[in-house]
Amino acid sequence: MSGVLTLPARRTAPGVFVALAVTLAIGWLVVTVDGGQLFSLPTTVSLLHVAAGLGLVAVGQTLVVIGGSLDLSVAYVISLSTLVAAEAMNGDDAALLPAIGLALAVSAAIGLLNGLLVTKARINAFIATVGVGLLLKGYLDNGYDGPAGKTAPALVQGLGYQRVGPVPVSFLLLLAVAAAAWLVLARTRFGHHLIAVGGDPEVARLSGVRNHRVLVTAHVLCSLCAGLAGVYLASRLGSGAPRVGTEGLYDLESIAAVVLGGTALAGGRGGVAGTVGGVLLLASIDAIFNQLEVDAFFKQVIRGVIIIVAVAIYARRALRKAAS
Amino acid sequence: MIRVITALTTAAVLALAGCATDEPSPSASSPASDAAGSGTGEQSKFFVRADYDKELALLGAAPTGPAGKPWEQALNPTMAQTAKFSKPGPYRICFSNAGLNNPWRQVGFKTMQAEVETHRGQIKDFVHVDAEGKDQKQIADINDLLGRGCDALIVSPNTTATLTPAVEAACQKGLPVIVFDRGVDTTCPVTFINPIGGYGFGHVAAEFVSQKMKPGGKVLALRILPGVDVLETRWSAAKVAFDKAGVDVVGVEFTDGDPAKTKKIVNDYIQRYGTIDGVWMDAGAVAVAAVEAFQDAGKPVPPINGEDQLDFLKLWKDKKLTAIAPTYPTYQWRTPIIAALKVLAGEPVSNPWKLPQPTITEDNLSEYVDANMPPLHYAMCGCTDLPGYPQRWK
Amino acid sequence: MRIAESRVLPRFARVRPGGLAPIVAILVVLLVLLTLRQPDFLSPPSLMSFLGRSAPIVLLAAGQYFVIVSGEFDLSVGSLVTAQVVVAARLIDSEPSRSWPVVVVLLAFGALVGLVNGVVTTRLGVPSFITTLGMFLILVGAVYLWSDGAPKGGLSEEFRRFGRRAFEDVPALGRIPYALLILLAAAALAVLLSRSDFGRTLVAVGGNPRTAGLSGVRVWRAKTIAFVLSGVSAALAAILLGGYSGVSFQAGAGLEFGAITAVVLGGVALGGGRGSVVGAMLGALTLETLFALMNFYGVSGALKSTVQGAIILLAVAVSSVRSSSR
Repeated sequence: MSGVLTLPARRTAPGVFVALAVTLAIGWLVVTVDGGQLFSLPTTVSLLHVAAGLGLVAVGQTLVVIGGSLDLSVAYVISLSTLVAAEAMNGDDAALLPAIGLALAVSAAIGLLNGLLVTKARINAFIATVGVGLLLKGYLDNGYDGPAGKTAPALVQGLGYQRVGPVPVSFLLLLAVAAAAWLVLARTRFGHHLIAVGGDPEVARLSGVRNHRVLVTAHVLCSLCAGLAGVYLASRLGSGAPRVGTEGLYDLESIAAVVLGGTALAGGRGGVAGTVGGVLLLASIDAIFNQLEVDAFFKQVIRGVIIIVAVAIYARRALRKAAS
Repeated sequence: MIRVITALTTAAVLALAGCATDEPSPSASSPASDAAGSGTGEQSKFFVRADYDKELALLGAAPTGPAGKPWEQALNPTMAQTAKFSKPGPYRICFSNAGLNNPWRQVGFKTMQAEVETHRGQIKDFVHVDAEGKDQKQIADINDLLGRGCDALIVSPNTTATLTPAVEAACQKGLPVIVFDRGVDTTCPVTFINPIGGYGFGHVAAEFVSQKMKPGGKVLALRILPGVDVLETRWSAAKVAFDKAGVDVVGVEFTDGDPAKTKKIVNDYIQRYGTIDGVWMDAGAVAVAAVEAFQDAGKPVPPINGEDQLDFLKLWKDKKLTAIAPTYPTYQWRTPIIAALKVLAGEPVSNPWKLPQPTITEDNLSEYVDANMPPLHYAMCGCTDLPGYPQRWK
Repeated sequence: MRIAESRVLPRFARVRPGGLAPIVAILVVLLVLLTLRQPDFLSPPSLMSFLGRSAPIVLLAAGQYFVIVSGEFDLSVGSLVTAQVVVAARLIDSEPSRSWPVVVVLLAFGALVGLVNGVVTTRLGVPSFITTLGMFLILVGAVYLWSDGAPKGGLSEEFRRFGRRAFEDVPALGRIPYALLILLAAAALAVLLSRSDFGRTLVAVGGNPRTAGLSGVRVWRAKTIAFVLSGVSAALAAILLGGYSGVSFQAGAGLEFGAITAVVLGGVALGGGRGSVVGAMLGALTLETLFALMNFYGVSGALKSTVQGAIILLAVAVSSVRSSSR
């Protein structure tokens, strides 16, 4: 664990992209033989929309995971953010920006709480974020008996349904957020410190990193991303939905995407590009199985196997690297 | 924050550039709600008095249509012309399904598949996409189906409000859209098929429980989840009935559909209040667990409602419970296929298509109990005449 | 780090890491609140039935303890319980004579799932969070697939009595649920095991796997056995839960989070190396007491999770600040 403060090795994570390419090639072949079309416009648009929602959450999750933490409250943050945004907008374009600002501010505040619980109260991240998730669940259960609020039409038009050729605006937003996160990790002091804290907190502390501040920031950024995903979902759904985050399983799926992308759950290793690859891989599997009308339960089994096998391959590679 | 603003500016610029969009033209209609608070707490803001009155009136209406085939019958039909959708077969019919994540939907979907089989000559293809209970996936699914050459699109929405834009977008492609089970906030589909609905269900159960128990007695209301529209309407109608009957609703608890949790809750309520005089449930999933909690505590089982799941019906018959089972019949899964074929043949269909919603009572209980079917099968499936019965449903 | 802080802390605040004091204190407070509201809660019949119904989660917490103290996670136990209950119903199909063979099958199945979790985690180097998350998806998907989306068959009364029935007419106590006896036996075994060489090895492995490995411990074997223990405890829990409440796809939903929360409440450190199995089991009992408390105080159904979340955060924060983690 020496040299944790050096830049992360210039090793992109091509593994997941190879897997993505292979999956898409095989998928295309099978779907074509089956008489369908995998890359038709509507299917591609749908695939990218699914990827945009999950991707926004997963990019944020990547940051906390690299810092050696994790966030299981994101699903509730997403639901809350859709409601805050849609209720504040109430169908009025004039309220668009303040409402988005409010939704993001609320999300950031939850991230701050998560971060403080993990650092200052020294609660393990797993328990801290599950606990905060329960707090939010009670608030949502108690306050909402169904969808509420109305998203501003301009947002629905823009972020929700607008696209450039086959690429939805929301996917471009994901790429922008991912690029920003990549820059933060690779080029800023905060990014280097985050990787150091995730790699070995003790060493990081001894070399002058303010661990607590770094981790709190990561949690705030993670919640902000979840909040942004909520704003996107509100634009898609036309209103706020108290169950959209949990029904979408965004907590576990985002972690799955992160590890598929090659980020180590123990922290200190990984990157945002891999996460985007992981998200695209999951969305592609969805799209292919949709075309083939594969049973959702069978799909779940396949997902479980893929996640384990992918991480086993990463582990093997890491072992070999360590040996050489 | 800067990131967000940049992204939004990008979005705005793109919007101005006038790129392609899948967004339907807006058509908003949000019904005014009637939110009078009362003894059982504040009324849900989804409670709409006019709809409630309409559903209760339908409970007594006589159906039109072939006798003994409630899935082809309609209550107070108002016909919609469909000549413009008429085209020669055989057809490709597509179905965007909210999910298959509970036994009700499983039984319903098997019934639908069997119905499709009876029309093999007219239907060349039945495309089914499962949204796994996710709004976001269902919106993407509907969009995806639009590119797959469907002649008609059937949608069972996961949530009413949030699926509305996607359904509107589908309508605009010009193919006939048929919605069933939950509705959408738009009139663009050719027809919306469902039984009487949640108010009817909740009302029938609450009336029965409050009439069969001692006046002013203690009722425990067991609900599955908050925030699910179908279940919210059931509870809001029950609230009206309980307030009118002046019973004491001592608790409203959420069970998550988990029988163990249900038994613990009921057990604690029995201990806390000594006796519970009535149990109301918004769905039958954990009715058996609730009954068992009374049995295990050595208490008589109070008046209770379940649903048409066989485990409850069997227990009711064996233990001679004071019970009732309002239903949300799974035979409604047959109707969309029948309707789609009618629409594609240019025949008029009722819109809305309100199906009868029978209630199982002590008098007709034995017609529905079938010891050979699995415990979570729904008796009101209208599937006994379909190909593959009973094996397909076992 | 730990030594440094205990020098700073005043003597009275010094709690042995993994000690039982905090969890016992919380449990006592909850019990007092409960008896204030419901004086007969601690009467023998009520207490017996409460302990009986709490047995499954306490068993799961005991199993989870071994995994967590060795530095790993088991997120698959909830789905394993569901799978076991559904499998049992289909295999028994209401036929009493199949009850005992099926009990054996379930225990073997639980052990097998634990073995796979353990081997994949230790031999293939996959973090247990991922291994058991994948196993969770696989088990849920497979059991739905196998049963076409709705449970089939039924449990026999012979099978259900373990979780539902009791020895009646016991002097002084009234009735003793079978589940409680099974729990006591399993708890005794768990305590013996945790005090055996194996138990101490496991704690050492969780505290510092490298040191443990250098001192000749076969780390992978110890961890794998821990996963097997968790799988077997899930099987036992499934037998009791299926008995208590019957067949359902919801049988095990959320139990993995319940068990992990219970273990942490009981003073066991996530990440391994500290804690006791008794603490873990008391943690589970505390959670169950909390649920009962909310029922008796009439906390609105919708607000329950907020209360639960707040109390868990508070309890864990208090005990972790006191026992100086990290």
